[in-house]
Amino acid sequence: MSEVLLKIEGINKRFGGLHALSNVSLHINKGEIYGLIGPNGAGKTTMFNVLTGLYTPDEGSFTFDGNDLFRAPPHVVVNTGIARTFQNIRLFHEMTALENVMVGRHIRSKANALGAVLRNKATRDEEAEIEAKAWELLRYVGIEDVAYERAKNLSYGHQRRLEIARALATEPKLLALDEPAAGMNPSETESLKALMEKIRDGGVTVLLIEHDVKLMMGLCDRIAVLDYGKKIAEGVPEVVRKDPKVIEAYLGVAHE
Amino acid sequence: MTMDTNKKLAVFIASAIVLAVLPFVVGNTLGNSWVRTIDFALLYVMLALGLNIVVGFAGLLDLGFIAFYAVGAYTFALLGSPHFDIHLPFYISIPLGAGLAAMFGLLLGTPVLKLKGDYLAIVTLGFGEIVRIFMNNLNAPVNITNGPQGINLIDPIQIGGVSLGKAIEVFGFSLNPVHMYYYVFLFLTVVVVIMVYRLQHSRIGRAWVAMREDSIAAAAMGLNIRNIKLLAFALGALSGGVAGGLFATFQGFISPESFGLLESIMILAMVVLGGMGHIPGVILGAVVLTIAPEVLRDVIGPLQMHTFGKMIVDPENARMLLFGAAMVIMMLVRPEGMWPSKRRAAEFKDAKKG
Amino acid sequence: MDIFLQQILNGLVLGSIYALIALGYTMVYGIMGLINFAHGEVVMFGAMVTITVVTSLMNAGVGLPGPMLVLIGLLVAIPACMLLGYSIERVAYRPLRGAPKLAPLITAIGLSIVLQQVAILIWGRNYIPFPAILDHETIEIFGATITKLQLGIVALCLLLMIGLLVVVEKTKLGRAMRATSQNPAVASLMGVNVNTIISATFVMGSALGAIAGVMVATNYDQAHYYMGFMIGLKAFTAAVLGGIGNLGGAVAGGILLGIIESLGAGYIGDLTGGFLGSHYQDIFAFAVLIVVLIFRPSGLLGEKMADRA
Repeated sequence: MSEVLLKIEGINKRFGGLHALSNVSLHINKGEIYGLIGPNGAGKTTMFNVLTGLYTPDEGSFTFDGNDLFRAPPHVVVNTGIARTFQNIRLFHEMTALENVMVGRHIRSKANALGAVLRNKATRDEEAEIEAKAWELLRYVGIEDVAYERAKNLSYGHQRRLEIARALATEPKLLALDEPAAGMNPSETESLKALMEKIRDGGVTVLLIEHDVKLMMGLCDRIAVLDYGKKIAEGVPEVVRKDPKVIEAYLGVAHE
Repeated sequence: MTMDTNKKLAVFIASAIVLAVLPFVVGNTLGNSWVRTIDFALLYVMLALGLNIVVGFAGLLDLGFIAFYAVGAYTFALLGSPHFDIHLPFYISIPLGAGLAAMFGLLLGTPVLKLKGDYLAIVTLGFGEIVRIFMNNLNAPVNITNGPQGINLIDPIQIGGVSLGKAIEVFGFSLNPVHMYYYVFLFLTVVVVIMVYRLQHSRIGRAWVAMREDSIAAAAMGLNIRNIKLLAFALGALSGGVAGGLFATFQGFISPESFGLLESIMILAMVVLGGMGHIPGVILGAVVLTIAPEVLRDVIGPLQMHTFGKMIVDPENARMLLFGAAMVIMMLVRPEGMWPSKRRAAEFKDAKKG
Repeated sequence: MDIFLQQILNGLVLGSIYALIALGYTMVYGIMGLINFAHGEVVMFGAMVTITVVTSLMNAGVGLPGPMLVLIGLLVAIPACMLLGYSIERVAYRPLRGAPKLAPLITAIGLSIVLQQVAILIWGRNYIPFPAILDHETIEIFGATITKLQLGIVALCLLLMIGLLVVVEKTKLGRAMRATSQNPAVASLMGVNVNTIISATFVMGSALGAIAGVMVATNYDQAHYYMGFMIGLKAFTAAVLGGIGNLGGAVAGGILLGIIESLGAGYIGDLTGGFLGSHYQDIFAFAVLIVVLIFRPSGLLGEKMADRA
């Protein structure tokens, strides 16, 4: 019943002498919330950047929904259906919340320069559709009341939600979230958790990196653990939690 | 928007009337040389709006923009002058020049896609210089551009058998070339303004701003950075090419001297001093920087004669001195430009605080 | 073969001057991340002031040997240019620190115009000849010739560059400069007075610029209010070619550019079957720059800038 959406095999990524990812293989099933955890410097963010096309891996294979994405540029990756957020929030600060989400619609719209200049019916219709969809997404993540605020004036929690709305605007099949709960208080985290479940139930697969192991255990359907650039465990939370290698990685030698 | 439709309409009609009678009012009060200056101001508005696409919208610092103006001008001149004895009508050579300029825009844009900030600036600058040096030297062994002497006797625009190069009488009104060109330039300027305004408020305009603000986040949203950059270069070059063709036919003479780095810098100054990325600001910047030196030219000489009874400082010298100083002072007082967009003004305020 | 060697020698002379000026650009860029567009004007002032001092001394009938006269001229021109460089930073750049990059670029351009016009006011619009007081005696090296003066220029450039490197690498000031260029905020927390460091950078760059200006003037026997523009442009190109912000890069870029230009001018006719003449000399600088940056977007010795996600 579980259908594989994303599959990577034997991924290697080096930065100069640093072997950031060595021989990592994993797969994500359609409709699950998949978690990626690991101590600081374990290679989570590198993995994440590989999966979203920002880094090109040195070796390995990468397929998504039947498409070969090995070394594909970011816009191709997004077009195939993977959208992401950033750990340190990268919104377009001077744009309004609404405009940020409208940028996310870019790849799902097609008016060219000529259309923009002539402003023909097709272009106007499309523009209206972009705006309507952006509003819908702002409502979906619950921040429509700040639609006309500039992104950088939003509260931290709103910025996180806006980034999610912007990513959803690209109509992803897989939404990849890089530490979305970082810096949030427990009640904000709780409502974020609800949002992620809502997104999954809406048919979007979710990939999650998080520091908060407790949150991950309660939220994810499956979890992979990275340490020193290697995958040391993968499976349902209950099993991963008890894996001795994982316990050692977290409790044994501190990496910080 | 705070203005209601009636008020907007009134402003529109008022400015249309002002723009329509402007050359006659100015011509009769200040003389036709001032109408000529206004014509030039319109050319610079087109150029500055073109550069604004690249610098203001897309955030790519281009110091060789004048090359596209040169391409447009030389295309027109070579296809409409005794030099090759080809005389194509303007409605062919201007679009041709604009298209060629856009192609040069792509030609420049492609190799520099990965360059950032000042590296991009210096390469575009070099590109501009290369184009100018070729114009200056392509007179031997095959004479293409006629070298430093430039190309003379460029055809005036002909519309329906009327040449804009000679004064004509209409209902007892004497229409000088500067008047007739004014309307042609005004028309095309309005077209360019509408074009850039609509681009700015389209998915393409949003993509430019997104790329300017954070190109990594923009790429992660699926924007094809390469195509968006190239589009900015090509469209900016396009309007530079149109202005170049108009410049050639208006002047009747072009030479490589008109297309130096200083000209590129002047256009950049128009964009920045006016208010980068803000169309009304850029228009204001172009008009002020075209007219101010001319006003200074008219004022400084007589003023010195009046005050001191003799020339203390060579007027040309004093004019440029004041002009340079004004640029510095303007930037120090208003680094965001004379008329920035609200968004930009806020950005600067925040930058000062931080 | 001797043409080849001759062009290399010419290029070396030209290139060391470029390198000296390029250091001024690259130092400022390294510390502040901005192009000091007015640096070419400092070079021009260095040349002009020296010529003025030398000429007035000669008119006053001071019977000193040529090199002494030039030295006295330099001793006036260097402090004058240091003051000029200091003022440029105070007037055009310091008030705009923290403002987006284009604002200081425009003030720099405005200031360039002002400085050129001031030069016209003082020295007029014509070329000013450098008094014929320096020995143009030539030396032959493997069939190529070089004047003693040119040899002196190269030697002095070399000396100054080494001196600068020693200052930057070995002194307290140099350490503070390097710290500031890496992270001004942290440097100031560590007790470095960033304003002083920036001023020092401008002053040092300007001193080198003044000397370079005199070299240009002696090499071509003349100076002109507009001379700073093209030479500044070339030197800046050299700095970028080498990797802007990198001192060694500026030197390498300068010398490379000088040699390429000079070889290009000597051989372009043959290379293109006479189609392109030596007027195209200036194209080389830019063509090489573009090609290098396509393959190495941060210049020859520049650090690779990785996009961090």
